[in-house]
Formats: sequence, structure tokens, C-alpha cells
Amino acid sequence: MVPLWFYLIVAAALFCIGTFGVLARRNGVAVLMSVELMLNAVNINLVAFWRYLTPEKINGMAFAAFIFVVAAAEAAVGLAIIISVYRNRRSVIPEEADTLRG
Amino acid sequence: MEITIVTVAFIVFALISLGGAIGVVTCHNLFRGTIWLMVSLFGAAGFFVLLSAPFLAAVQVLVYIGAIAILFTFAVMLTRSISNLKTRFTRLNINIAAAIALFVLLVVGVIGPVFILNPDLQQPVSSVTRTTIDLGEAFARGNSFALPFELASLLLTAAMIGAIVIARESDDEV
Amino acid sequence: MNFLTDPNLQPWLIPVGPLLAFIIITLATNRAKLTPSGDMVYGGFRPPYGNMPIPVATNWSRILSISVGMGGIIMSLLVSWSMVFRAIGDHDFGSKIFGNNIPWLATGTSMLNVGVMVDPLNATLLFMVPLAVLCIFIYSIGYMAADPRQSRFFALISLFAGAMLTLTVSDNLLFLFVGWEVMGLCSYLLIGFWFEKESAYKAAIKAFTTTRVADVIMLLGIVYLYHVTGTLNFREIMYDNNGAMLELLGNTPAILFGSFGFSAASLIGVFLIIGTIGKSAQFPLHVWLPDAMQGPTPVSAMIHAAAMVSAGIYAIIRMYPVFVGAGAFAADPHHGIFTQPLMLMALVGGFTALFAATMAVAQNDVKAVLAYSTISQLGFMMAALGIGAYVAATFHLITHAFFKALLFMASGSVIHAMEHGEHHVHEHAHGDGHGHDDHAPTHANTHEHGAHDHSEVHDAHDHDADHGHAGHAEHGHGEEHAAHDAHTFDPQDMMNMGGLRHKIPVTFYAFMIGGFSLAGFPLITAGFWSKDEILADAWLGATEGFGPHAFVFVMLAIAAFLTAFYTMRQLSLTFFGEARTEEAAHAGLGGPMNIVSQTMQLPLIILAFFAIVAGFAGVPQDFPIFGSIFSSDGSFFFHLVERSVVPLDNIAPTHPPFNIFPVLVSFAVALGGLYLGWVMYGRKPLKAGEPDPLVAILGPSLHQTLARRYYMDDLYTLVFVKPSQAVANFVNVFIDKGVIDGILHGVARVFTWLGDFIKVLNLWLIDGVSDGIPHGIYKVGGWLRGTQTGRIQQYLLAVLIVTVLIGIVLAVSSGALAAPR
Repeated sequence: MVPLWFYLIVAAALFCIGTFGVLARRNGVAVLMSVELMLNAVNINLVAFWRYLTPEKINGMAFAAFIFVVAAAEAAVGLAIIISVYRNRRSVIPEEADTLRG
Repeated sequence: MEITIVTVAFIVFALISLGGAIGVVTCHNLFRGTIWLMVSLFGAAGFFVLLSAPFLAAVQVLVYIGAIAILFTFAVMLTRSISNLKTRFTRLNINIAAAIALFVLLVVGVIGPVFILNPDLQQPVSSVTRTTIDLGEAFARGNSFALPFELASLLLTAAMIGAIVIARESDDEV
Repeated sequence: MNFLTDPNLQPWLIPVGPLLAFIIITLATNRAKLTPSGDMVYGGFRPPYGNMPIPVATNWSRILSISVGMGGIIMSLLVSWSMVFRAIGDHDFGSKIFGNNIPWLATGTSMLNVGVMVDPLNATLLFMVPLAVLCIFIYSIGYMAADPRQSRFFALISLFAGAMLTLTVSDNLLFLFVGWEVMGLCSYLLIGFWFEKESAYKAAIKAFTTTRVADVIMLLGIVYLYHVTGTLNFREIMYDNNGAMLELLGNTPAILFGSFGFSAASLIGVFLIIGTIGKSAQFPLHVWLPDAMQGPTPVSAMIHAAAMVSAGIYAIIRMYPVFVGAGAFAADPHHGIFTQPLMLMALVGGFTALFAATMAVAQNDVKAVLAYSTISQLGFMMAALGIGAYVAATFHLITHAFFKALLFMASGSVIHAMEHGEHHVHEHAHGDGHGHDDHAPTHANTHEHGAHDHSEVHDAHDHDADHGHAGHAEHGHGEEHAAHDAHTFDPQDMMNMGGLRHKIPVTFYAFMIGGFSLAGFPLITAGFWSKDEILADAWLGATEGFGPHAFVFVMLAIAAFLTAFYTMRQLSLTFFGEARTEEAAHAGLGGPMNIVSQTMQLPLIILAFFAIVAGFAGVPQDFPIFGSIFSSDGSFFFHLVERSVVPLDNIAPTHPPFNIFPVLVSFAVALGGLYLGWVMYGRKPLKAGEPDPLVAILGPSLHQTLARRYYMDDLYTLVFVKPSQAVANFVNVFIDKGVIDGILHGVARVFTWLGDFIKVLNLWLIDGVSDGIPHGIYKVGGWLRGTQTGRIQQYLLAVLIVTVLIGIVLAVSSGALAAPR
């Protein structure tokens, strides 16, 4: 098997790429896609830790399954919001959503 | 370190997932972005297979790629995100720097000292793993994950209803 | 303490009357009522009051004031004459005198006593002064009848009389000096009585300051005398212990000039004589007396005859023993030894006598001639004393007072008559109804004559400086009548008179008697006897070869000649011939029956009597015929007065033996002067418009010099007045306005600047801080607000960065990063 830290590096890279996407993309949908990447990276991390450190317990796998659930729910609601915003403002660019500007 | 098939598979999957991720964050055309997302998720599914969690790999493909990515596609189409975007990134430099800084921190500050340098945490503890059957039993057994399971379904329901409500046309509202 | 019976205490009562009158009139009876000034004149001068209400003495105020004043002087007259007659009857009088003193000023271990006395010298003055002053008071009743301030006038002349009497009865130099100074004050008040007129108040200031200069020096003399002798009492200094104090004074070398041979007595003498030079108007301090004509005529009579100038001569007569001295520096004028004071008196007196007489011949104003003649006669008296003729000087003082007062009052009468004539002329020249219905003689006269006293000083050159409108404007119809006269009419100018002999006969005779007495008409006038005595004394010394005596003789003889000359000139121009102007043609006093002319003429008659008779008191015993008639036991006056000095050889007055030569000289100068005057002015009296023949004789420039008083007034103005004004101006502009005001303004500026500075400080510092803090907070808040962009991605970026930083901090601190090293 590959050493654990390979998986961790990859997960960390994925996470950082996802962070970059969240911070830098000018489209709201792209931001949500990047969030999915981040969740994905977390999932990989979690499963790698389960497999290498406590494979005899089922907790790791169950937790990963629940993360799927939550990610799905969040993606659904998030996109519903994006669509609603698009309907009101005709734009999905997060930079333009500065009504709370002080 | 020997190069086994596992290693090669790992490298392939790593490239797929990372490449897909980079594709997601750098594409102009978001429709292509969703494709890249699917690609990256495939790579993650491959990782799950390597990590003795085949069920999770299947769920990844079915749920993430099959539902969520499709959902993204719809969203892309509904928000006309294909043709716009003169510039892709807001403040590119600081963001790249921040992301890289985070990566370096994670690697050097956490992964490095704890896992890379510690020879006891390199290999799996044992090769005996829980299987899908155990996962099913865990979801059904009352002293295990039955409650979270029910709550998860509740959550999904709420999310579904909420999404419908949020994305509904407002002139239908009473 | 019975004042009424004890003769020693009675002298205290003598000055009390007039002084009390002064106080009563000032405090009680001087009441005025405000009336529009309309046609009020103040001695012929109409001040620019418009029709403003001014105080005018009410009738009952006038009556009361006159009564009080007359009461005061009559009381003095009664007391002093009772004392005089008692004194004369007493054979011991002289070595024993009446007097009383009280301890007054305690100075350490000694005591200064002051008091009163009557001794022979005093007695003669006490005979003359109250009488002359009473005549002047009576004269003033009529003369000032129309003046708005008559009550005040009586108050002031009462004060003047009181001061003169104080001086006369004083037994010490301190009281004498007090009386002296009060008379100086009164001269100021009275000469400037019509203070609205510029020439009047200027003359008053001139009189006061000129005499004041002399008074300061006199005070120095008095102080020094007290320092040396420790007393100021006349008897103690000059009589007691056979003149012991005189020896002390004579032997002490003077503080100043002691090395030049001045004894204390000499220095004191010189200082006291300087005081008299001021008070009695000798050269060079004579300049105030001609200008003193600005006062009303009774004042002139009082100042120039009875009181003030007499006081000056009386003082030096009194101090004569000190001048002569005893001891080492004693003099003996009878033997030709002179001390410095005696020399000073002889020189100054002789010079002044001639000097003033020369100026008198060129004067055209009737009162100015009399003023200069007063100066000249005072010179006579001072010169007489300088050569040791003690009794002669006193005698001349007494007789001069009588005839000079007479002459002044007569000239006042003349002036009133001229104004009456002027009024007539106006009346007739302007028939254009000035509604002058008050021509009932008494009323008109009272009004006009009283309103007209002019005391404008008239010298030939400032004729045009006067406002003849003063004379015309009395009619109250305002402006001048160009049609009437091209030049202004001066009622005092003798050139405008003439022929008044027929118009005012009583005045004429009085004037003639007084004038002849002044000239020294032989044998029947008082002036002759007193002048003759002086010349006799001088001649005696001249024959013995004493220089000062000869000098005095020559100067006085020439002066007597000139005196007779100008007296005749004055008489001729005024009374003889025909009237030279219309005003003179109509002159008159309005008949003998009105109250004004009666009160004005009664004193003339009284004084004329004395001007003749008084001389017979001093006829020398060995004078042919007259001596045996009047002075069979020796000259009465001489024997009276000689007892007032300590009988030391060098001091006691001597009687020169009869010598025909000075008598002949007296005859010659008097008659010769009168004759020359008659020849020039009286035989063919001047017609109207004819120039004064004297101008042709002397030459115009010399005549002008005499008329301009040898330019001495101009000299004094240049040397004293203008520099004082320049200094005053300088002090005012530079020191007062420049330095003092400059300092004040500078301080004000500094504080104003300070206030502004603090204001700016307040604005910038305090307001700046208190406004700056909120402003700064606002700015900082505004700056911080920039972080709230409302953009999610930026918020997330911030979160990430902070997380990374915290992570780094934790990683480093936990040593995880340090492990690989």
C-alpha cells in the first residue's frame, strides 16, 4: 500500500485547489463546484485515515456516507439559492452581491 | 519503495482527480467545468476503491456524479453561465498565494511532522476491514448509526423541500 | 482780655473788619439771578455769551454787600484812628509801643510768637490806609453800580483791604508775608475781574507771576533771617537790647557770597529788597504794573496808590535797620558808608524813577501815564531809603498815596464822562429807532457809565487791537455801524479828549490838585514837601562827596522835571482847549444830583483836601516862614517816625540842615516842568487831528521806543514766555502724549495681541483637539469601513489568511516546524 501521507498530500492539494476556486472564481456556480471539490477532498482524507488507522471500526465509512448526504443537501439548496438570485438580479457573480457593503 | 500496481493506480487516480480539479477552477465555459468536475469525482471514486471502500466509490459515482454534477449542469444552463465571464478570477495573485500558503502550511506544519516523519503511520494497521455488509448493519442497528441515518433522510427531505421553495417562481406565491 | 479798652489788644481788631466782611459777602450776601446776557457789558467788553442766561447780582445783594463792605472798613477806620490819635498823644511812644503776641509755632525748644503791634511807623500808615481805602470803597459804589458782579467786587476789595491791614499791623515778618501774599492773590483776582476779556486775564497772570518770582526770593530772605536769629519779630530783631540782634546779623558772614563781603544782614537785605522790587514794580520787574490797568479803576487806585505798592515800600522801610546793619559790616549812609542793600536800593530806585518818567511822557492813555508815574514815584521812595533818608521815604509814601489815589479816581471820572459823551454821539448818529427810551438821565448814566469801565490798556501801538465795539455795543443793538466811524473809539485816549474843564469841573479841580501835588508844586502841595525832603537829603550827601547821593540827586531831579512835564501834558490834553472829538464835546457826568456822580466825587474832594494838607505835617523846622508856622517844635512827622528805629548812630535818621540849593532845585524842576508842558500843550492846545508835538521833538523812533516801554515786554516774552510755552508744548506732545500715552497704548496693544493669540490658540488647539478627535474617529471608521465590501469572496479570503497565520503561529510554537532541523 501506498504510505498514508500520499493520500493526505493529494487530499490537501485538492482542498487547496478547491479553496482557490472558492476565493477566486467570478461565477457563483463555479464557487459551488469548488466547494464540492473541498468536500470531496475531506472525504478522501477521512476514508484514508479510516483505512490506515482504524479499519476495524465502521465509523469512518459511516461518517463518509453521511458527508455525501450533507454535501448533496447543501448542493441542492445552494443551487436553488443561486437560481433564485439569478432570477432577481440577472447575475450570479458573487462580486456583485455587495448589498451588505458598509 | 516498490512500484506496484497499487502505486501506479494511485498515481493515475491522483492525476485524474487533481487534473479535474484544476480544470474545474480554471475553465471559461462552465459547462466544460461540470465535466471536469465529473472527472475529478471519478478520480476520487478510484481512491475509494483503492482504500477498500467499494460501496463508497459506487455511492460517489451514483450520487455525486450522477445527481450532483447533473444538478450543476442544470444550474449552469439555467443561469446562462456558459457565455459570460470576461475575466475568470477576482484578484488572482492574492488568492493563489493564499491557497499555496495553506497547502504549504498543511504539508509542512501538519502532514509532515506527524505522518511523513513517523514511520509507524505509513502503512495500514491491518488489512482486515469492515465491509459493505457491516455498513448496512450499522445503519440499521439501533445502538449504532440508525438514528443518524433517519436524521440524514430527514435532512434530505428538508433540503429538497427547501430547494423547491427557494427556487420557485415568486408569482406563484400566495 | 478786653479788646475794647486795652490798647495792646486793639490792633488785632483792625484787620478783622474787612476780613469778616469778605467772608460774609462771599458766603451770604453775594446772590445773583440768572438773566439773559443780552446787553451786559463787563467793563466795556461784551463777551460772546449770545443771549445765554448769566448770573447778575440782584439789587438787594448789591445793597447788602455794599453795606457789609462799608461796615467792615469803617470799623477798621474807627479802631485804627483811635489808636493813632492815642499813640500820637503819648510822649513815650516809640520806645514803648502797643502790641500783643501769642505763641504760635513750637519748634523744638523755641517758640515762634506772632502778633500785632502799633509803633510810630505803623501809625502813619494806619492813618492813611483806612482812609484811602474807605474813599475807594465809596467810589466803587457808584463806579461799579451797573456791573453784574458788584457784590463779588466788594468781597474782593474787602479781602484786599483786610490783607493790607494785616500786613500793616503785623509785628513779625511772617504775618507781613501772609498779608503780602494775600494781596498778590487779590491783585490777580481783581486785575482779572473782567475775566472774559483776554487782555484782562493775561494781565492778571502777568501781575501774579511777576510778583511771585520776587516773593520767592523774599521768602528765602525771611527764612535765612529766621535761621540766623531764631525770631521774626520786628522789635526783637531791630530794637531790643539796643540792636544786639543787628550786630549778630552784621557780624555773621552770609551763606552765599560771604567771601564777597556779604554779611548775613546784607544778603537778607538784598533778598527782601528783591521782594519789594517785584511788589512795588521797580526795574526790572515793573512790567506788570502798566498792564494792571486792565482792572477796574478802583482797583488801580487801590493797587497803585493805597495798598499794594505801598506795602512793598513799607516792608523795606520797616527792615531798614537790617539793611544798615551794626557790627563789623555796618553802614552809615550819613557818612558815606554803604552796604550792599543800600547801594542796591539807591541804584535801582534812582534808575527806575528816571526810566519810568521817560516812558510816561510818550503815553496817550490817561491811566497809563498815572501807572508810570507810580513806578517813578516808588523809585523815588526806594532811592530815598537807599541814601538813608528814612523819614523822607515814609513821608513820600504817605503823601503819594493820597494824591495818587486821587488822580486815579479822577481819571476814572474822566473816562466815565467820555463814555457818556460817546453814548450821546451814538444816540444822535443813529436815529433809526433803537428804542432807547431809557434816557432818563440817572438810569442811563448808571447803566452806561457803570457798564463802561475799560481797562483796556492803551499804548499807542495796540490801539487797533481793541474792540471799540465794546464801547458801541452797549446799546444792545448789535452790530456796528460802519457809517459811524472808520476806527474804533477809545474813551481813554487823551488824544480824543480836550475841553473837559467845562464839562466836569469838579473832576478838573481835583485832577489839577492831584497833578500839581504829584509835580511838586511849590509850597502848597503835599508832594512838594515830601519830594523836597528827599532832594535835601540827597544834596547833603552829594556835597559831602558821596557817590550814591549824587547819583540819586541827579536822577531824581531829572525825574521830577519830567514828572511835572508829563503831568502838565496830561492836564492840557485832557482838560484844556476845545474838544477834539464829538464824544468829548458831549462828555459829562449827567449832572451833580445823581447818586453815581455823588459817590464818585465825594472821595475826590476828601482826598484833594489831604493832598494839600498832608504835606504840612512834615515841614522841616528850619524852613523859612513855613517852618515856624507848622513845625515850631520840629517837624511833627519827623519826630514821630524817628522814634520807630533804635537810636543807634548809624541808623537813626538825621535831619539835614536847611540848604537853599535843593529847595531852589525843587522849585526849578517843578515850575520848569509845568511851564514847559504848558508851553507845548496848554498855551495852544492841540486841535483835533494834530499830532503830538513830542513826536516831532524826539523823533519818531525814539518816541516809539518810549511808547513801546523800551521793548522790555517783548524781551521778556522772548526770553521767558516763549521758552516756557515751548517746554510745555514739548512735555505735552512728547512726554504726555508720546511717552505716557505711548506706554498706555503699547500696553493695550500687547494685551489685545495676547487676547487674540489666546483666541487663536483656543481655536486651533482646544477646538482642534475636541473637534479633531471625533473627526479622527470618523476618518478611522471610514477607513475601516472599507473592509466591509459586502463581497463574500473577500471575507473568505480574510478568513483564510488569518487561519493560515494562526496555523503558522501554532506550528512554530509547538515546535513542529523546528523538528526537521
